[in-house]
Amino acid sequence: MWTFFHKLASPPHFYRIAPAFIRVFAVTGLVLIGWGSWGGLFEAPIDYQQKDAFRIIYVHVPTAYLSMMAYSIMAVSATIGLIWRMKLAHAVAAGAAPLGAWFTFLALATGSIWGRPMWGTWWEWGDPRLTSQLLMLFLYFGYMALRSAIDDPLKADKASAVLALVGAVNIPIIHYSVYWWTSLHQGQTVMEGKMPPEMLNPLLINILGFTLVFGALLLYRVRSEVLYRERRSRWVRELVLGGEMR
Amino acid sequence: MTPAEHDGSDLLAGFSAIVRRDLLLAWKRPGDALNPLVFYAMVSTLFPLATGPSQQQLLLNGPGVLWVAALLATLLALNGLFVSDYEDGSLDQLILSPQPLPLLVLGKSVAHWLTTGLPLVLVSPVIAMTFSLPTEITGILLLTLTLGTISLSLLGSIGAALTVGLNRGNALLSLLILPLAMPVLIFGARTVSLAVAGDATSSGVYFLAGYCMLNLSLAPFATAAALKISNE
Repeated sequence: MWTFFHKLASPPHFYRIAPAFIRVFAVTGLVLIGWGSWGGLFEAPIDYQQKDAFRIIYVHVPTAYLSMMAYSIMAVSATIGLIWRMKLAHAVAAGAAPLGAWFTFLALATGSIWGRPMWGTWWEWGDPRLTSQLLMLFLYFGYMALRSAIDDPLKADKASAVLALVGAVNIPIIHYSVYWWTSLHQGQTVMEGKMPPEMLNPLLINILGFTLVFGALLLYRVRSEVLYRERRSRWVRELVLGGEMR
Repeated sequence: MTPAEHDGSDLLAGFSAIVRRDLLLAWKRPGDALNPLVFYAMVSTLFPLATGPSQQQLLLNGPGVLWVAALLATLLALNGLFVSDYEDGSLDQLILSPQPLPLLVLGKSVAHWLTTGLPLVLVSPVIAMTFSLPTEITGILLLTLTLGTISLSLLGSIGAALTVGLNRGNALLSLLILPLAMPVLIFGARTVSLAVAGDATSSGVYFLAGYCMLNLSLAPFATAAALKISNE
């Protein structure tokens, strides 16, 4: 078990084994999303209040959840990179940031589209979740801007790791201070068991599917990042000169 | 210096030396310290000019405007926090000194707050008066702005440390710090608004005080770590 993790930390090894995981995650994830979306769009009963408009939940909730998940992955791998000086951990943090920003954007966009029929406006400042997601997006932008502003990659890794940690400490505070406003957003229904199973199951399937696809995208990004970072190393040279590395 | 010499008075000496040095530097160049203050007054002037002179509206927007202006003025002053030290090499000396870096950094933040935050706080009742905010709220305005600007100075020092030595540091600093500064803005402005409306303000003040303590205890460590990375 431990040797598996040990070997995983080595860039060439990671580069070699990642495609298998990417394939499995992507295929399973896409199948699950197809299944879950079918169930959500066609089989789930119509909501008595929101009619068909609620069905965007099958995209909105997974993206919103992953936008936060990506930040946790970023912060945790930044910490690992700072403490144990693991190169791969910094590559993971670098790969997770743009993905997280995209998922945050998708969560915002779907939330806004959902808000149009429900609240009658595209954007509602009174809604804390929308606002805190927007701040989350700005945090991602800041992280990526800092990373790209520093030329020395080692320095960029460490400085952005510090920023990710500061952000991780502050995110709950930002979140709850935004909540201090009065909320328009409907309460969390998923965890409270108020949804009938025909509605809930497709959502859970979609959450799992989106997570797997996210994992595949993340691994893909990290793999490219590793290749770029190790471009001067011997194994990459051998890989390029000697064809596919097996 | 041997570790045995690290007693309490020694630590305090390093801390106060930094504070005195930065205050002296600010004293020798009063223009640098005055700029944020003038900026604060000017941004506060922009809003009434842009939104109209209606007293009702000013009363409604006043607390928010004051806080936005204070936030921006603090940010403006933060750019220079470590830059001159970085350029003339004193930053190397700070990092190499046997004193713990977080403590020295805290000293710099204290000096920064004394030269920019405190003047902002002191001048704000005058600006509040021009927004026709009632004079009864002066106490709560001073209290919240004091707690808030201390937090902003400390949070901002992290950003200043991360961006020191970068060419395009200025805009980047704002991008890094503004999202983190939102809790201060929300609670600060809302608490003053509540005070204007005559509602209870204690929860906001407690939050700002707690947040200020959190920043006092954690931010210097993050700033010190960031400085070491930036100065490599």
